[in-house]
Amino acid sequence: MLKTFAKGGVHPPENKFSANKPIEVLPLPAKVSIPVSQHIGAPATILVAKGDKVKVGQLIAQSAGFVSANIHSSVSGTVESIDPVLDSSGYKRPAITIVVEGDEWEPTIDRSPELKRNIDADAQTIIKKIAEAGIVGLGGATFPSHVKLSVPAGKKADVLIINGVECEPYLTSDHRLMLEKGHELMVGIQLLMRALGVDKAMIGIENNKPDAIKYLTEIAKEYSGITVHALKVKYPQGGEKQLIKALINREVPSGGLPIDIGAVVHNVGTAYAVYEAVQKNKPLFERVVTVTGKNLPKPSNFLVRIGTPVSDLIAAAGGLPDDTAKVVNGGPMMGKAVTDIAVPVTKGTSGIIVFPATESKRKAESVCIRCAKCVSACPMGLEPYLLIRMSQRMMFEKMEHERVLDCMECGSCSFECPANLPLLDYIRLGKTEVNKIIRARKN
Amino acid sequence: MDSKLVVSPSPHVHSGESTSRLMFNVVLALMPAFAVSLYYFGIGALFVTLLSVLSCVLFEYLIQKFILKVQPTITDGSAIVTGLLLAFNVPSNLPWYIVVIGSLFAIGVAKMSFGGLGSNPFNPAMAARVFMLISFPVQMTSWPLPIESRLKYIDAVTGPTPLAILKEGLKKGDTISQIADQIPSHLQLFMGVMGGSLGEISALALLIGFAWLLYKKVITWHIPISIFTTIFIFTGILWLVNPEKNADPIFHLLTGGVMIGAIYMATDYVTSPMHPKGMVLFGIGIGLLTVIIRVWGAYPEGVSFAILIMNAFVPLINRYVKPKRFGEEVKRNG
Repeated sequence: MLKTFAKGGVHPPENKFSANKPIEVLPLPAKVSIPVSQHIGAPATILVAKGDKVKVGQLIAQSAGFVSANIHSSVSGTVESIDPVLDSSGYKRPAITIVVEGDEWEPTIDRSPELKRNIDADAQTIIKKIAEAGIVGLGGATFPSHVKLSVPAGKKADVLIINGVECEPYLTSDHRLMLEKGHELMVGIQLLMRALGVDKAMIGIENNKPDAIKYLTEIAKEYSGITVHALKVKYPQGGEKQLIKALINREVPSGGLPIDIGAVVHNVGTAYAVYEAVQKNKPLFERVVTVTGKNLPKPSNFLVRIGTPVSDLIAAAGGLPDDTAKVVNGGPMMGKAVTDIAVPVTKGTSGIIVFPATESKRKAESVCIRCAKCVSACPMGLEPYLLIRMSQRMMFEKMEHERVLDCMECGSCSFECPANLPLLDYIRLGKTEVNKIIRARKN
Repeated sequence: MDSKLVVSPSPHVHSGESTSRLMFNVVLALMPAFAVSLYYFGIGALFVTLLSVLSCVLFEYLIQKFILKVQPTITDGSAIVTGLLLAFNVPSNLPWYIVVIGSLFAIGVAKMSFGGLGSNPFNPAMAARVFMLISFPVQMTSWPLPIESRLKYIDAVTGPTPLAILKEGLKKGDTISQIADQIPSHLQLFMGVMGGSLGEISALALLIGFAWLLYKKVITWHIPISIFTTIFIFTGILWLVNPEKNADPIFHLLTGGVMIGAIYMATDYVTSPMHPKGMVLFGIGIGLLTVIIRVWGAYPEGVSFAILIMNAFVPLINRYVKPKRFGEEVKRNG
């Protein structure tokens, strides 16, 4: 019996069309727009001005507080403008637009392809380097990684969990990274282990990636303390709480963090970025992005500079099919539909999915028949059928009591609903209102 | 193109499940029982079933269109299911006007007057059956004999159900061994060779439908299995205490409406609890009430009443039996 989490979960069709496509380096774009808010927390403070010359890897916006992240130029060239640019959020937000000229890297970056296995840095140095490199959670949550590694006083981590689950359908960027950068990943994990002061790391991978499980299990023997664990395929296993439950059978308390039960979770993409930052002195300015879709001519995995327009990625994957009606940044369950394909790739962009018209619009709603499928699907043990009714009637205090803030917006309830009810939409509304109530109570 | 992209919140994919598909699967699951019914009760079964389904669908359409003035939703298939279940719960020689009145009660009173699909507190087919049983006690308890009645409708040869034979016999002071030769064997009961409502007789056919519903994930095991287990244990204890005054547990499971009630009526989404713990509690309640009515009540059969009574407890169960929240235990300990 393969391990998995106990409560709820769904099985959307996997549609991993690009699983066998090796990572290709995407040609440099003509222009990049790098938003200064690509992470959870305060937007970074801009350090450059219009007309400045920048190099690849140069710091162009500085972390503005503890929960914030540095931002580096992903290209060399001239700053064309510092104006709000439409991004995946659907809003225009401050961004640095750079016209690409050549490809001149900061000389401090080690561009040699050799694996650097020896770890010289101590825990403090590793965390400092990660913060300097602007690394955030690359699974899509984009929480600044150095914050997660700074264990609060009185708490102690005893295990590092590495998320190689990639439970979202369509996406394959983590899968390819595990297959192609296995050793770098292992060194990155050892760096994270040292930073946390733990001697145990567990990599969780869903069983639909047997090649990655086999390969990493094989090479993990060369690295002490790292084990690889095959997991039963079930969405949303890549959720931190679900992954911890599946691997070590501990439950993060409601309203708490993984560190409360001694665990810290990082994505495989993040671990790879940590390797590059610490061992190669390379800040985070490029990442692997899956570009896929049922009718896309060439579903691919690209290594992309941050700020590259999504339209460039789609063009490189064979161009936008004529029947396209929706483009999603991220996975189909939790990703955001973009308003325009000119939006830039950011640190949190794990994939771009192109949907045909037939799959773009929601079907008509009908009435709730109380089938309870939403209750069985919810991985947090909530009752979505009840929450939508409370939200529609603006009973937000009741929603708080029903623990609506435990919802991580995985979308399993809306996915399952035979009446096509917008369960998650109303739950999100409720969460926003409940958060307002809680803030008002504090003041 | 770019300016015409569809933008909607996540999730962007859907399981493809729909109300009409779920209902269609219930209809499919009822087909083996319908085939058995046609085999044993012939034209009466065919006529009553068609009439019941047609009148349920028609009443739903007329009420929505002309009284409620809303878009009719007969395509969701719920009225078809109600019509089928109503027919399956009446004798195959029931006069046509009683079938029509029953359908009107099921759709008009039990379903639409409460707000239609999703809002009715009582299972429409079950409520209508009880309404018919009280209003037309003679017609609703004259049971055509299987096979002999194939080519007959109103003029069918009738006889008592096994449960009625048992009840009468025990009332006269007979023992189980004295009654035994009047009731069919367990195998006959399992295959459905007995008098009874037209769709309730064959446990085998109904269990095939149960397997289909489980396979298609239309229902979960919780309600039917907890009903079966409760009836089995409760009647088993009574039987062990006094096997001459109480029928054995297998007999109880195979007779009356236990199979159709537990698998198809008690699992009605709208009128059953929303999570597994509540479903088990609901099932145990139905099991206990069924046995209490059968053994100590005035009626030989108690499944319908048991389901309706437990339907009334569903809001209470939903309110007080909550699923365990993720991370709840830890919080309590910490």
